[in-house]
Amino acid sequence: MSEPSFLRVRGLAKRFGSFTALRDIDLDIARGEFVCFLGPSGCGKTTLLRAIAGLDLQDEGTIEIAGRDVSRAPPAERDFGIVFQSYALFPNLTVTQNVGYGLVNRRTGRNEIRRRVEELLALVGLPEQGSKYPVQLSGGQQQRVALARALATSPGLLLLDEPLSALDAKVRVRLRDEIRTLQKRLGVTTVMVTHDQEEALAMADRIVVMNQGAIEQVGTPEEIYRHPETPFVADFVGHMTFLDAVATGPATVRVGALDLVLGEGSGFLPGTPVRLAMRPEAIRTRSITADTPNRFDVQIGELSFLGSFCRAQLLPVSSPDTPIAADFSANAMRDLAIRPGEIRAVAMPAETLRVFPAGSAA
Amino acid sequence: MSQAALGTAPAAAFRPGAVAAARRRGPGERQVASLLIGLLCAVLVLIVALPLWTLLSKAVQDTDGRFVGLANFLTYVTTPTLVASLVNSVWIAGLSTAIVVPLAFVYAYALQRSRIPCKGLFYAAALLPIFAPSLLSALSLVYIFGNQGILKGALAGASIYGPIGIVLAEVLYSFPHALLILATALALSDGRLYEAAEALGTSRARVFRTVTLPGARYGLISATFVVFTIVITDFGIPKVIGGQFSVLATDAYKQVVGQQNFPMGAVVGLILLVPAVLAFAVDRMVRRRQVALLSARAVPYAPKPRRRRDLVLLLYAGTVAALIVATYGTAVWGSFVRYWPYNLSLTLANYDFASAEPGGWEPYFNSLRLAGLAAVIGTALVFTGAYLIEKVEAAPGGRALAQFIAMLPMAVPGLVLGLGYVFFFNAVWNPLNVFYGTLTVLVVNTIAHFYTVAHITATTSLKQIDREIEAVSASLKVPFWRTFGRVTVPICMPAILDIAVYMFVNALTTVSAVIFLYGADSKLASVAIVHMDEAGAIASAAAMATVIMLTAIAVKLLHLGLDRFLFGRLQRWRAR
Repeated sequence: MSEPSFLRVRGLAKRFGSFTALRDIDLDIARGEFVCFLGPSGCGKTTLLRAIAGLDLQDEGTIEIAGRDVSRAPPAERDFGIVFQSYALFPNLTVTQNVGYGLVNRRTGRNEIRRRVEELLALVGLPEQGSKYPVQLSGGQQQRVALARALATSPGLLLLDEPLSALDAKVRVRLRDEIRTLQKRLGVTTVMVTHDQEEALAMADRIVVMNQGAIEQVGTPEEIYRHPETPFVADFVGHMTFLDAVATGPATVRVGALDLVLGEGSGFLPGTPVRLAMRPEAIRTRSITADTPNRFDVQIGELSFLGSFCRAQLLPVSSPDTPIAADFSANAMRDLAIRPGEIRAVAMPAETLRVFPAGSAA
Repeated sequence: MSQAALGTAPAAAFRPGAVAAARRRGPGERQVASLLIGLLCAVLVLIVALPLWTLLSKAVQDTDGRFVGLANFLTYVTTPTLVASLVNSVWIAGLSTAIVVPLAFVYAYALQRSRIPCKGLFYAAALLPIFAPSLLSALSLVYIFGNQGILKGALAGASIYGPIGIVLAEVLYSFPHALLILATALALSDGRLYEAAEALGTSRARVFRTVTLPGARYGLISATFVVFTIVITDFGIPKVIGGQFSVLATDAYKQVVGQQNFPMGAVVGLILLVPAVLAFAVDRMVRRRQVALLSARAVPYAPKPRRRRDLVLLLYAGTVAALIVATYGTAVWGSFVRYWPYNLSLTLANYDFASAEPGGWEPYFNSLRLAGLAAVIGTALVFTGAYLIEKVEAAPGGRALAQFIAMLPMAVPGLVLGLGYVFFFNAVWNPLNVFYGTLTVLVVNTIAHFYTVAHITATTSLKQIDREIEAVSASLKVPFWRTFGRVTVPICMPAILDIAVYMFVNALTTVSAVIFLYGADSKLASVAIVHMDEAGAIASAAAMATVIMLTAIAVKLLHLGLDRFLFGRLQRWRAR
């Protein structure tokens, strides 16, 4: 990180009784960055967000925001806006009063407040809705109001706690694009908690994958997807097939009777048992020639139709006991007329294969 | 968030930190919160814990305040007249409970599990006793079966003044309390269990035995304990209709007020505490189970019309409701009659209280003053306290202590709390003894007496508010007390009204606690009723009780009207 980090977390730990919610968290977030905390429920992502907000104080460790140590500061003395999954709008106040709630306390002039609220409502696409009560709005609209309210005081940090999880699928996709556009435009440093990997991949500059209270990997969406550093990340983000294999050379492994070439050195000594991971969509079946690397013949097993693509079970002819999942696009299915039971040649591109130590948890 | 909207918004205005930097903060919110919680604890200790502690310590002291261990208890169990009262109390309470719980169960069943018409009316009739002092049911029985009773012959020579009268009056008085618990228990049922049973071809009797009764089991247990406690600790009814038949509650009164024997009064108070504490513990346990019994996915049971069942239940409910209304109606009628039962011409003379009570109407106005103050101050204290306990993060130890003390009054009968107040506020060492006998002590005692139910109402409604509201306002740098006033209080307005009305009605009707605490200038209507009855002015006593009942009913009706108005107009934001 070239510039000093805006949010700096060091050695954060938190326990609830005997349950360790967070352990030894170190994290740096740059000014203007959009970072997602991604992980399954109970992984500590929300606990980390609430610690940053000061809503639940950590047991150990420090938090700095914009160079100021706020480790023990109450929420009101940290500079952030927050949006919750439940919207948490004030039900007895109108949209205008909700958005202006934090402004009224700042001795801002009444006209200025009104102007600012109108500006914010226009910004989140809800002009002319100011006199309504939250209960009269749809879920998506309520979440926009919550967003406007969080941005009203121009906080240095925007915290989003699963803001889209309570919404319908379509609304969710639209609102996530809008939040991303808005964030880029305002340049506000943003942390979003989500359990939805697709959301994280689509929105974040960087993703922090968490598991059991610890950070598994931090990286751009592409790094996380293409180069998962742990089997957990590989398994949690996207689909992954894991196969037991044995290292046979610096960059080769054997699965059953198949010898495969890796894109880079695995670092394992020949003879070491390993786990091979591959993405279903990486398996190719078009334009395969006799000298395509990692080429082998498979029998097509069961096919499940999943809309824009088909998930196929591939049974390698040389070792039918190790089925491999493959995703074929609807185009490929039609063009190549893939049918269950037929034998085809497929290939696994070397650079898409990942190798982990044997026995490591996924 | 359309592109057009984005285009019009001046981005410069949203530079992070532009507004935020300008603010300086006053005294820390956490300090203010801790201070308030400390204050709440101090108040609760003063109005609940210390009086109870004084009562406990009084029981192990002699009349001069020397520690005597369990000597008072020994005296108690070796005094035959005192032990006789204990035995009397236990079997009276047991018998009343055995009668009232089945009666109320069938009534509740008619209201919740049948299709009888006019359910609202049946509810109202059954709840009537709640709005009157307990002793009004005893006065009514005196009018009907007493020495000048119109149906005196029906008792075949037995006297209503004694156990018969007490049990009958207690059954009437405690009926609505049992009904409310059982109706709630029967309302909580999963309709799908009945559909499943029906699909399996189960007989109705078996469905009742295997689905209905187990579902209402906890309600039955809870109602049993609550009724037993109400009866055993009630003072008004045995005082009016008990005759020479002594029970624990009248003993406590005689020991303290009659003989100034405080230690023995304390011992009786402690004995009364036993069933109440037991009832409280059982109720806590039962509540926890009841919650687990009904999942959030349960579908409420909707009874289908069944002619014969509905007809039988209608007859039953009609009879019970008519008996309650007729009994209470007799006292009201009696209060307007010139000379019961010989001259039944109507008059307002009995409402000129000056003839039977030196203060005239003054006790009534004292009662109104007490009820008003208890409603206003009590509601403010209880709701703010519940908010601090429920929603504020500071001082966890203090909040736990406050929560504990707030739940105590439920386990303390009014009579016992009243005794505690006598000992505490009458003590020579207590600088607060200047308040003894004033309306102030009565208000404080009333608030403490009814604290728990009000506290539970407040807590329940606070729990329903999104718990992130406080987090959001903290992030907007708005102090919690502002959000409390601007958001929490308006949202909880219906619950706040409930609490105020509950405090008001109970302050009007309660006898047992205040009988020890009133002074010359703070005599209450319920106390005046006891005195007028003692003096033989039963018509005036009935008249005063009628005024109290009508006032309580009027306040309740006002409450219902206000509620409708609040929901309809002022709280437009609740509607979709």
